[in-house]
Amino acid sequence: MKIYTYTNLRFILLLGLGFVAFSSCERDFSDEVKFATFSANADIFTDTPVSLTDEFFVSFDPAIGANTEGFGTDDDIAFEGSSSIRIDVPAPDDPNGSFIGGIFLDRGAGRDLTGFDALTFYIKGSTTATIDEVGFGSDFEEDKFAVGLQNIRLSTDWKKVIIPIPDPSKLVQERGMFRFSSGTLSTNGVGFTFWIDELRFENLGTVAQSRPSILGGNDSRFPTTVGQTVTISQLQQTFNLGSGIDQTISVTPSYFSFESSDPNVAFVDELGEVTVAGTGLTEITASIAGVLAEGKLLVESSESAQIVSIFTDLFADIPVDNYNGFFLGQNTKGGLVEESGGQIIRYTELDFVSINFFQNVAPIDITEMTDLRISIRVEESIDPGDFINIQLVNSVGNPDLTSGTFRIEGGDLVPNEWVEFQIPLSSFTGLGARNAIGQLFFVSDGTISNVSIDNIFFSAE
Amino acid sequence: MWGYKMFFASLLLLVMGCETDDTQTVATFNTLVWEDNFEVDGTPDSSRWRFDIGDGTEQGIPGWGNDELQYYTDRSENVTVQNGFLLITAKQEDFNGSSFTSARLTTQGLFEQAYGRFEARIRVPFGKGYWPAFFLLGNNCNDNPWPACGEIDIMENVGDEPTIAFGSVHGPGFFGGDSIGKDYELTNDRFDTGFHIFGIEWAPDYINYYVDGNLYQQITPEDIDEETDGQGEWVFDRPFYIILNVAIGGNLPGPPNNETVFPQTMLVDYVRVYQQ
Repeated sequence: MKIYTYTNLRFILLLGLGFVAFSSCERDFSDEVKFATFSANADIFTDTPVSLTDEFFVSFDPAIGANTEGFGTDDDIAFEGSSSIRIDVPAPDDPNGSFIGGIFLDRGAGRDLTGFDALTFYIKGSTTATIDEVGFGSDFEEDKFAVGLQNIRLSTDWKKVIIPIPDPSKLVQERGMFRFSSGTLSTNGVGFTFWIDELRFENLGTVAQSRPSILGGNDSRFPTTVGQTVTISQLQQTFNLGSGIDQTISVTPSYFSFESSDPNVAFVDELGEVTVAGTGLTEITASIAGVLAEGKLLVESSESAQIVSIFTDLFADIPVDNYNGFFLGQNTKGGLVEESGGQIIRYTELDFVSINFFQNVAPIDITEMTDLRISIRVEESIDPGDFINIQLVNSVGNPDLTSGTFRIEGGDLVPNEWVEFQIPLSSFTGLGARNAIGQLFFVSDGTISNVSIDNIFFSAE
Repeated sequence: MWGYKMFFASLLLLVMGCETDDTQTVATFNTLVWEDNFEVDGTPDSSRWRFDIGDGTEQGIPGWGNDELQYYTDRSENVTVQNGFLLITAKQEDFNGSSFTSARLTTQGLFEQAYGRFEARIRVPFGKGYWPAFFLLGNNCNDNPWPACGEIDIMENVGDEPTIAFGSVHGPGFFGGDSIGKDYELTNDRFDTGFHIFGIEWAPDYINYYVDGNLYQQITPEDIDEETDGQGEWVFDRPFYIILNVAIGGNLPGPPNNETVFPQTMLVDYVRVYQQ
């Protein structure tokens, strides 16, 4: 029997699958045709590495700060058997590297994981730290079917971690058995140790209720022109585990099927990159194993659309000085925070605050723009008289300074829900020139204290 | 959408005849006396089922005695028969002062029986706050208020424990948190991803509980005596009627949280009653 190389073999498998689909009602394959199948070995580490490469652990690049010294096994500590994996997370000033992380690779051509529904292991820490990420599906080549679980809280006793497989049918030949990375953010720079044991794929039967999402589960508008591209981000999937707990993982685009309602306007490739091909409207949706993802991208392609983005996931943002200047006399706390795998701006104790882009970066010329777009989510009840004033300041700090304000009434906001606004720049009363806008203020005078902001950009309609 | 897909998948499995084998073999009472296989689409058969409506206030038990959060209706969006299944759907919506709606069907005054085998094939919803149930109440609760009239819970589940169902009895001296019962836990499976058969066989001196093919509990007058130090009374010698419902929140499951998915549906394939 001829031995194919890894790449050829996969190609032939693909061809074979096509053949099955087309000919399955005709007749069976002759006995001589046999499909290659890969090892379905579940174990990755029990008391020793199981069928992994000789180096066992392949570190992230030391050039970016990865510490290759802190990885090993420990014969004194084990959940079961006699040995466990021991990982020493370095302090930021460790000369050998400021964080630790890497992958475990299958020793052969890859494993068939289609019969499993989760990667599981037991973990414990020297302290109750939080490690940054664990996952699988990374081979440092394509990382095509990578999955990550972020912010794993350690206990000083063993606990089981379950990482669901988004769609096992995709994993016919996977080399990336495990991935982890951690620094000491959760311990304020104090190094710590964690141990991992009984690392394996399992078919639990209790990993259920798949709920994929894209773009943070939101419906995002994307005003654009022909030739532009954008990559669909914030790809996540939530499962309900047998314990009743929801587990949300980050997922690579290749697990998803993307669909455009009008491919003549925009089409999507398997990496989630949207290419705008014509003018018009189209809706991009996604699904995993037939389950429609929450969130979609509404592409609005026209001849003249132009964008200046302050803070969005979809467009290249202009550089800013900060999202909260903490000015004298200002009480507002907060700034950028993580949510649903992306970033938003969240302010607390809001009286007034500004996004600043005039000190160490250039102010922006939005003379050609016509509208401000912004999404606002008030995170408290809304009372009569509540408001948020949005103020634009041109030529900050100069004699020709001019500013304009638009008032959003509390009645136009909804507690704990995103509300999207499209505000004509002509509605910013008092604003003269807008060739050097340098500040965007949010002013509530304390009527609204807790608010999140996202998707801030100027558009020309 | 998700529910529909799951449902379609189940149908497909039925057609292909390769569904997991959850037919029970432990029951011995085989004379069928009453059934509903939910074969006619639309409103449930009014000769078999009536509805409890409201939040319990009208019945004198606001929150249905457990601080539950739902308002029961008989609207088709809360209860209907489709494609051979009874669908009880809990929704999150402002309705007559409640934040959730759902449905509760009973056979009170239509079918009541002492002893026998009571069985249903059910798929439950999931998530914190869901409290689906298939249970029996004594037919004298109006004159002899609960718990004196007795309650036999054939299946209860709380949505944040998707692998566990429980069966229990309530009566004078053993009710609420002090009821007598037992959990049944699935291995490598859940109650919200497929149908399971929940049943009892009830005779003058015992109630046997089973899930699919597995007998997991027997409750006898002696058990009640022992569990209550002689204070409890076996009240299970009179006709009882059947109840199917999906409650939201309340003392047992606690309120839904921001991860709980609404709406969701409990599907009932059939309810059957046999005599010895």
